[in-house]
Amino acid sequence: MSGPNTEYDPVEVTPLQAEEVEAARDAALAAIAGASDLEALKQVRLDHAGDRSPLALANREIGALPPQARKEAGQRVGQARGAVNKALAARTEVLEAEHEERMLIEETVDVTLPTDRVPTGGRHPLTTGAELIADIFVSMGWEIAEGPLIEAEWLNFDALNLGPDHPARTMQDTFWTEPAENHVVLRTQTSPVQARTMLTRKPPIYVACPGRVFRTDEYDATHSPMFHQVEGLVVDEGISMAHLKGTLDHFAARMFGEGIDTRFRPSYFPFTEPSAEVDLRCFVCRGVDSDACRTCRGEGWIEWGGCGVVNPRVLVACGVDPETYTGFAFGMGIDRSLMFRHGITDLRSFFEGDVRFTPAFGTEL
Amino acid sequence: MKAPVSWIREYVDLPAEVTTEALTDKLTLLGLKLEAIESPGAAITGPLVVGRVLTQDKEPQKNGKTINWCTVDVGDANGTGEPQGIVCGAHNFGPGDLVCVVLPGGVLPGGFAISARKTYGHVSAGMICSAAELGLPEDAFGGAGGIIVLPADTALQPGSDVRPLLGLDEEIIEFEVNPDRAYGLSLRGIARDAALGFSAPFSDPCDRVLPAADDAGHPVVVEDEAGCPVFVARTVAGFDPTAETPDWMASRLTAAGMRPISLAVDVTNYVMLETGRPIHGYDAEKVAGALRVRRATVGEKLTTLDGTARVLSEQDLVIADDSGPIGLAGVMGGETTEMSASTTRVLVESAHWEPVSMFRTGKRHKISSEAGKRNERGADPASCEAAADRVVELLCELGGATAEPGVTVVGSVPAPSAITIAADLPQRVAGLPIDTATAVAALEGVGCTVTLVAEVGEDGVPTNRLVAVPPTWRPDVTDPFDLVEEVLRVVGYDQVPSVLPREAAGRGLTRSQRLRRRVGRTLAGAGLSEVVCFPFVGQAAFDKLGLEADDPRRSTVRLANPLSNEEPEYTTTLLPNLLGTAARNVARGAAGAAVFETATVAIPREGAGPAPIYPTHTRPTEAEVEQLFAALPAQPLHLGVVLAGERERAGWWGEGRAADWADAIAVARRLATELGVDLEVVASVRQPWHPGRCAALRVGGRTLGHAGELHPRVVKAFDLPARAAALELDLDALMAAAPERAVPPTLSTYPVAKEDVALVVAEDVPAAQVEAALREGAGELLESIRLFDVYRSEQLGSDRKSLAFALRLRAGDRTLTDDEVKGARDGAVALAAERCGATQR
Ligand SMILES: [Zn+2]
Repeated sequence: MSGPNTEYDPVEVTPLQAEEVEAARDAALAAIAGASDLEALKQVRLDHAGDRSPLALANREIGALPPQARKEAGQRVGQARGAVNKALAARTEVLEAEHEERMLIEETVDVTLPTDRVPTGGRHPLTTGAELIADIFVSMGWEIAEGPLIEAEWLNFDALNLGPDHPARTMQDTFWTEPAENHVVLRTQTSPVQARTMLTRKPPIYVACPGRVFRTDEYDATHSPMFHQVEGLVVDEGISMAHLKGTLDHFAARMFGEGIDTRFRPSYFPFTEPSAEVDLRCFVCRGVDSDACRTCRGEGWIEWGGCGVVNPRVLVACGVDPETYTGFAFGMGIDRSLMFRHGITDLRSFFEGDVRFTPAFGTEL
Repeated sequence: MKAPVSWIREYVDLPAEVTTEALTDKLTLLGLKLEAIESPGAAITGPLVVGRVLTQDKEPQKNGKTINWCTVDVGDANGTGEPQGIVCGAHNFGPGDLVCVVLPGGVLPGGFAISARKTYGHVSAGMICSAAELGLPEDAFGGAGGIIVLPADTALQPGSDVRPLLGLDEEIIEFEVNPDRAYGLSLRGIARDAALGFSAPFSDPCDRVLPAADDAGHPVVVEDEAGCPVFVARTVAGFDPTAETPDWMASRLTAAGMRPISLAVDVTNYVMLETGRPIHGYDAEKVAGALRVRRATVGEKLTTLDGTARVLSEQDLVIADDSGPIGLAGVMGGETTEMSASTTRVLVESAHWEPVSMFRTGKRHKISSEAGKRNERGADPASCEAAADRVVELLCELGGATAEPGVTVVGSVPAPSAITIAADLPQRVAGLPIDTATAVAALEGVGCTVTLVAEVGEDGVPTNRLVAVPPTWRPDVTDPFDLVEEVLRVVGYDQVPSVLPREAAGRGLTRSQRLRRRVGRTLAGAGLSEVVCFPFVGQAAFDKLGLEADDPRRSTVRLANPLSNEEPEYTTTLLPNLLGTAARNVARGAAGAAVFETATVAIPREGAGPAPIYPTHTRPTEAEVEQLFAALPAQPLHLGVVLAGERERAGWWGEGRAADWADAIAVARRLATELGVDLEVVASVRQPWHPGRCAALRVGGRTLGHAGELHPRVVKAFDLPARAAALELDLDALMAAAPERAVPPTLSTYPVAKEDVALVVAEDVPAAQVEAALREGAGELLESIRLFDVYRSEQLGSDRKSLAFALRLRAGDRTLTDDEVKGARDGAVALAAERCGATQR
């Protein structure tokens, strides 16, 4: 590399002559315009705007000119270089855009290819269904109470006004643990959670208890030795059957859709008096032209569960003053509710653990 | 309970326009729930009419049979009024007889369509029917072995529908009767509710003019008055044991689901259905001396009507004569005094039994009889005399018997206790305005005797009380709230308004409930499917897991009455059934199964006592409640995971991958991270895992579970894909270890210094141990450390491995100097060297 050439007569410096500068500029602009891709443009940039390009070399000569000549030559070279740089920038932009466009086209993939490298998991509808139910009650300010599956006989039966000789005990076929004289059973209903709740906390009580229960039923499409219930219990001052109806109507609408309400029929449960069967308005036909409806089999209503006003005998056994408080309770099958909610025809689908079953419930529950 | 509509209507004068559907709707609303309506003639469609046989030509056939070529007058039913030509193979009829004819176009049970067809050289246009062809009992209407010949005095004209005559148009309602509604097990009770529902007149079949009791009847001694408050005995003589049960009675019994047996037995059953009062008939000649009602003595024996020899308990109530027990009172009669084909003198027993005793005896001897069903629910004690009288009447009327003088009545009908309620109790409990007059009318409607007591309370406010004495047929009505239900039943459950209770001030989900949701979502997010298994296992399952004989997991809570003798225990581990579930998926063609379950297991509690049975008239004490809870096994919530077969699929991206030990441990780690728990993974040996590929999962020094690859023998035993892995841990304990309040890190924005170190250690040195040493040695400048490579080579030697760690160092308040970085690194390496014998590679 050499410094400015101070020995030449300035007038003699050829590269700084106007024609030369213009020629270099034009050559550069032509090369820029002719560059077909970024790679070519890179070479053009080196050749025409690089340190060894004619215009760069010319620029270096400016210092050698007498001061009076520098200004003009500087302007001339500077304008030429500016034009070249501008053209370079513009061309770069064009070529980059072209390149990007081409690249995007080239990188196109088949987005319909499978992407299921890791199989999908899923939570069980009985779990998410119970959570849906829990959320409905929690949003009403209730709490979710729980109890053990292996339960004291007294809590499962006696405290609920099902004495040892109560005919209703034969309705529930109980799994007993050995030795039977230890009075420990697999709970046949979620109702012992009611008793536990009243024994361990003071009114007002607003709780729902979803959970697993057992009966000695043979396993088939509609029976299972293990299934799931949700129980509700309210104990407060001035509670009536109307509050029970209001609560169940609300529950039904949240779980099955707006406008789905309930109907009461007299029934019998030892732990409630008066007792009622609760039917759910068919959420498919809504009771209109039910005859062809497969969900309710033409009834317009679906049997949903049992309910009633808490029998004062139960309140007494659990230490709640029946003079001050009344309560209501209800219970329904979760499995059963989900079966008719989703048109599941075989109860065993819930318990076979087939991994093809759960994903279907994905986000709906 | 099944009841023919015509039978119900015998006791309630319902308007003719009340349809069966309207009747069942009303009864359902009153608490007698419709189960089904059936009709014996439901399977018969088309013309089934009365025909009069005009001519009958017997035509022998080549095959040896003789057929009858008949012409039959079927009135206008065939559209022409001309006689109908029909071929019939039966011979129990002749010209002039009235028969049942199904005409072409008709369909008989079994989808048997009738059309005019050529047979035996004639066009037979219809069929003369037998009882069996119409779906009736073969011998109904005298039709055994032939066609039905209708009685000559039948009022029906040829051509008219024969269904009503045969009872084929009868509609039979099946009710679901709740255990408290014993009255619903009788036509009397059903009709009474129908009368209540339609405000129709009711004629009580028990409302009879009764002969006065005297001492001339069969002697009866009741030694247990509490067990038998009323005992009525009557006798009839001259009964014709060959007399047949009339068709109307047989068809009603059949409709009600009872099999006709013999007239004497059928009469007792008929009266039981009619009145709800179980009756027992003895062959009076076989009874020796007075009937004696007493408790059995231990070891006494009795062979009951079903032929079973039973050993009695001192709690069983029996009826004995001089020979000893001759009947299990109220449940089933005995063989020795059974009525037979030669019985001509019948001793009728109509007694009221204490329900609990009935229930216990039925349960003890596993007898479920129609009589027991009614007696254990509580029949109407006031019906004994009327029912006995009705039996006597029918035996005389239908069996040619004569009532013998003498009416034995021992005991008296217990008076129901009065129940007092505030007059506004029904309205308060129902949440529906029910004025006093309505409440009184409702209670009277169901048979109560009601007295209104107006009082003025101390505060000067008038309060009305209702004193109601329930009727004798409602032993279930004992409590104030029972009266409320009766009122509400009459007023209508459909009248209850829908009112939301006040907003409760709940505390939301508990921490455990929230964390469980989190756990489920985490596992599902990791590609695992949740399953729900039964908790039942047998020791064979533990054998398959390879558990040692003394493994604590083998000691379980056992079921006294398991559904399957193969699985009589409540499980202590989720793995057996979870492994079975995974295997089932694979057997069904899944390339892999990644499943999890959260459920409680049961761990027997050493020295737990029985769970006491407390009285219920008062709350048990705190200590007593504790005792209940303490009697139960520990029931921790477990998480089980099985990863078997394909974990990552093969695809256009490349090879797939089968699950292995690392996947199971990864699940545990992921869960711990999600819960914010510091999980320590330590090599361990435990069945059912591979001894070299099993990790104990520890938190705070306590082992909460295990994860890793399954033992090859277990994999084989469960038919799982090779290298299947599993995890089981105590989820309750893991969740309990989750911090209540998160402490987030301070985020330094100073530059990070990255240092890689490769350390050579002996093969048996766990990576976690080296990492822990590095972590500690690096000190507080260490932001994170991660093992990124494990390298083995000949050069290193077969018992050595090289572990490469990436260290990230950073301070919160400054850029680290080279010296600081070097110091931290050297410190880390030095401690690893000291603790693990590590050398830098
Ligand atoms: Zn419907």
